[in-house]
Formats: sequence, C-alpha cells, structure tokens
Amino acid sequence: MPVHSRWTSSIRSFGSGSLPKTLAEKILSRVAARDAKVGDLVIVPVSRVMVHDSVVDAVIAGLRDLGKERVWDTTKVAVFVDHAAPAPTPVVADSHRVLREWVRTQGIATFYDAGEGVCHQIMVEEGYCEPGTVIVGSDSHSNSYGAVGAFGAGMGATDIAVALALGRTWLRVPESIKVTFTGRPRKGVTMKDAIMRVVREIGTDGARYACVEFHGAGSLPQGDRITLAGMTTEMGAKAGIVVATPEAPDWLFPDHGAAYANEVTVDLSTLEPQIAVPPRVDQVVDVSEAVGQPVDVVFLGSCTNGRLVDMRQAAAVLRGRRISPEVRLEVVPSSRRQFEDAMADGTLLSLSAAGAVIGSSGCGPCLGRTGGVLAGQEVCLSTANRNYRGRMGSADASIFIGSPYVAAVAALTGVIDDPRPYLEATDAEFDDLVARRRAERAGRGAASVRSGDRARELMVAAARSGVAAEIDD
Amino acid sequence: MSRAWVFGDDLDTDQIVPGRYAPFMVGQDKFHIYAFCDARPGFAKEVRPGDVLVGGENFGCGSSREYAVAALAKHGIGGIVAKSFARIFFRNCINLGIPVLESEDAVTVVRDGDAVMLDLAAGLLRAPGGDARLRPLAPFAQEILAAGGVVAYLREHGDFPSVE
Repeated sequence: MPVHSRWTSSIRSFGSGSLPKTLAEKILSRVAARDAKVGDLVIVPVSRVMVHDSVVDAVIAGLRDLGKERVWDTTKVAVFVDHAAPAPTPVVADSHRVLREWVRTQGIATFYDAGEGVCHQIMVEEGYCEPGTVIVGSDSHSNSYGAVGAFGAGMGATDIAVALALGRTWLRVPESIKVTFTGRPRKGVTMKDAIMRVVREIGTDGARYACVEFHGAGSLPQGDRITLAGMTTEMGAKAGIVVATPEAPDWLFPDHGAAYANEVTVDLSTLEPQIAVPPRVDQVVDVSEAVGQPVDVVFLGSCTNGRLVDMRQAAAVLRGRRISPEVRLEVVPSSRRQFEDAMADGTLLSLSAAGAVIGSSGCGPCLGRTGGVLAGQEVCLSTANRNYRGRMGSADASIFIGSPYVAAVAALTGVIDDPRPYLEATDAEFDDLVARRRAERAGRGAASVRSGDRARELMVAAARSGVAAEIDD
Repeated sequence: MSRAWVFGDDLDTDQIVPGRYAPFMVGQDKFHIYAFCDARPGFAKEVRPGDVLVGGENFGCGSSREYAVAALAKHGIGGIVAKSFARIFFRNCINLGIPVLESEDAVTVVRDGDAVMLDLAAGLLRAPGGDARLRPLAPFAQEILAAGGVVAYLREHGDFPSVE
C-alpha cells in the first residue's frame, strides 16, 4: 500500500514586503519581474522550449491553428527524435519525416535525430538548461532540468505550441515541498532508491501542482541529480529543483525561513534498496519484501537510469558472468555521450558479454513503443520511472522498478533480490547465491543459447588491450 | 441529460489512451477509438457527446500526452468532474476546451451510468442521487474555456487573459 506522509502546516500568510522565498518563488519572481508568491498566476518568458517526436504533429498543428508560421526564436528551441527511435513503423517514420521537414523550414539548429539520446539527458548534459530560468518541454519528465537549477515543467502539445509562438507561458506559483537527504548511502544503494523512498512517502499525487526542492543533493554527480529531479513527476510535481548545484548562480538559493507545504527527510545511511510494485509508482517496498519475485525481462535505461554510472553499476555485478539464459536484458544508454563513454571503458563490452542486448540511445522500451516491448503475463524489472498498466507494451504485463544494481541481479538470477550480498561476496559465494535463486525460478521462459559464449575471453582481450581491466562502480 | 462515466483515483493517461495507440503510432484520425480500451472496454462505442467523466483524486496523472485529452474532446466529452486533477492533464483540458471541475462529493454521489446534468452556471453536477457541488474555476481558466480553448482565445485576443 502507498504510504502517504502527513502534511505539516500548509498555510502561509503573506503580508506586505518580501517574505522569505522558496527556490520556485525566487525563480518565478525573477523571470516574471514581480514579487511572485504561492498561488499567484504569472506569465513568464521561457529560456528554451523542448519538443520531441511523439507530439510534434500536434505541436505543428497547434502553431498553425494559432496562425503562427514561425517559432518566436529559433535559437531557443530544441527538438529531439527519441520517443520511438529509430522509427519502428511506417506511421512513425512518416511522422519523423514531417518533423525533420519542420525543423529545416523553421531553421532550428538544435536538432538531435534518432540515436542521439533521450531529450532530457541531452538537454542537461549539453548545457541547454540555464539555471534559474523557466524551461517548458513537451514531455512530463521535463522536471529533469531542475538537476541544474532550472524550473523545468512538462506540458501538453498545445501549451508547447503556445510557448513556441509567444516565448512565454503561464504558471501558478507552486507551493514547495522540502526534501532533505542526510548521510551517505551504503554500497549497493543508489539515489534511485532514495527518490523511490521519497515517492513512497509523498505518493503519486502528494506533490501535485507543487515544486519539490531537494536539499543535501547539490554536490551529487549530475546524473544522480537528473534521477531525483526527473522522478518528481511521479509525485505530480510541477517542477523538481536541486538546491546548491555547481551550475547555480549565486542568487539561486531558497531563503532561510521559506515556508514549505510539507517536509520529508531521508537518511541515506539506513536506506534499503527500494522496489516499486506494479501498477503504482508509489507502491514502494524495501527489496526484502520483493525477494524471489520472478522476472522475464530486465530493462536498464531511460532518462532516470541510462547513464554511464548506471551501466557501470550493472557491470559491477555482471562482469565476467552471464545473465540467466531464460531472461532478456536490454540496455539502452540515455545518450550517445553515455553510450560512447560506456564503450570506451569496456562497460558495454562487459554487459554484451553477459548477454545484454544494447539498444541505440533513446527512450527505448520505457514507454512501450520500440525496443523490447512486453507480452501479456511477462514480468519486467525496469530501471525507468513508471510501472502503470500497459506502459511498456501489453496491459497484462507487470513492471517492477528498481535500481541498476537490482536490475543486474534480476538479470543474473531471474528473480528480484537484494544486490548487496552479491557486491560483497567471494566468487564462490556469489555463484552459490546465483544458483540458489535460479533454482527458485523454474518453469518460465526458455533457455536461450548465447551466440558464442565468449564472456571470459572477451574480458581477457579487453584487459589486454588496456580497456577497463577493472571497473570501479 | 448525459451519461456519467465514473472512475476511481489516479486514473492515468495510459488508461485513457494507451501509449501504443498514440496518434503517433496509429495516425491522427484513429487514436480516439482506443479511449479506455483497456480500462473500460466498450467506452468508445457507447460514449455520446456531452457525457461527463467523474473521478476521484489525481485524475489524468502520468504523461503529458495531450492526445488523451484530444481523444476525449473528439468524443465530445462535456466535462470532467473529479476530486483533484493532475496538473498537465488539467492544463490540457483547459487548452482544448473541456471544462474540468473539482468536486469533493461527485465521485460518491454519482453512480456509473447515471443520467446527469453538468450545470456550470449553478456550479453543480445534478445526479439522481443528489447534486454535487463544483469548485469554481479561476477567471483566467474560465475565459479560456469560454473561448473554446487557448488557441481560439489567442487567435481572438492575441495574448493570454490577464492574471491580475
């Protein structure tokens, strides 16, 4: 059952003068050039508009219906082909062709075609997200831009068309929820587990219309911050912003004494690996409660967990070993940069040698449109962010969500298990753990022959060539 | 009178139109026939213009997919009444001209299949089991809905309604 935290006092009174501001109030006050308080409607300029392939037809139609031939500023528009890429069907291929034609005739230079990666990963890693500004995107996970201190908000196609036409959007200044992380996670526990713990506390609608403000996370690697900010969408948030990131300008901090609608603190040092149980993202349990759950498919990727670090964590478990012959593992790097980094250091070689299918960078099967979609009755362990009914294919499939470590162990054993013992085990203990778990998972799928069981030879060759003899997770 | 279709809490956009039937996947003229195909088989055939959807908390959560709302608009849905709405879904409805009204009691007062009347002027959803009170919309949203959506509003006025 979902756990909902109790709301602390959400009443905040505004007198005259400027009261202490949350990060959201500070950003929106600055861009609206007025004193913006919770509940105010503001019309604000956007510093960039993100558009992706799956809504482009509706966006183009919206612009046309608005009577606008051109976007307001071609240098502030970023367009991506990532949601169903490369095109899986002729209908999608036609839509991509229309998109490319539109990009060319509009003169939009910031265009990333199929295979370059997930829009959100590229928006952040290539520096398209200016901290302290408002960015709107045609995808619900546009909250991700809060990883570098931008107010990123996902919107529908018509809102995006309006933003493209006017360079402005309207927003209600949101309440904020303060999430504070303390301590350091133990080995085998990640910030994915941390954000799932937060979703467990707040629930899928606990941050509705609100901004989630992350404290104690500013010095984390950028990728971890994307994991945090992006998954605020799963709590209904308008935005999720990390405080005190290296990218943030001096003025970008919440005032001391700012009022929050709710506060949640997560002690990372006692955090267990977390699992979201289908079909709800907030139906989250400690991994111990899901141990032994059989899986058929494992997906490692998405804007939430498709980065080098995530692939390295999986490789730390799988290197030199082979996944369960009855399980399929699909790895989809979140961008070409992450893909190539993982190639260069041998991580992808380890994963392929273990039996993973490596997909081209993009959203992959996360939303069930391309890559390995799920059949009815199949069970998937995904590192992505959603487990709704029908999300990754058949409405009769089930999706559990977890960290890359959990994903790797699930691929190896065919069941959900706590990854931590595997990371501490000797080789003999490790093999014993795997054998025991595999024995629990009888009568599912069919054992696939690997085309050339060269896992160990490949690793030896890789080590000889100087690539990734050791992978430090 | 129109028919009420009652749903529970956390109805997500994948239940309204599953991603595999996005217009992007099946074409612009077909996607609405898949409305609620998994969650409420038969909906697309039985729904009539003016019908009202009633729900619990967090109606329309999930993705930013406007086509979920566009599919409902294509079926001529007269309004959606729920305890609360997911934010992107709420904006999409206003933008496409579907009245979205918050009501604490509609989901308990109204039964699936009831003949109901959405009386926006009185702020009530009238049902056989009683009237459910609707929370008034902000004037900003009312102005956009009155124009039939944000595109029509902007074409007429050239800019957003005033937020002052």
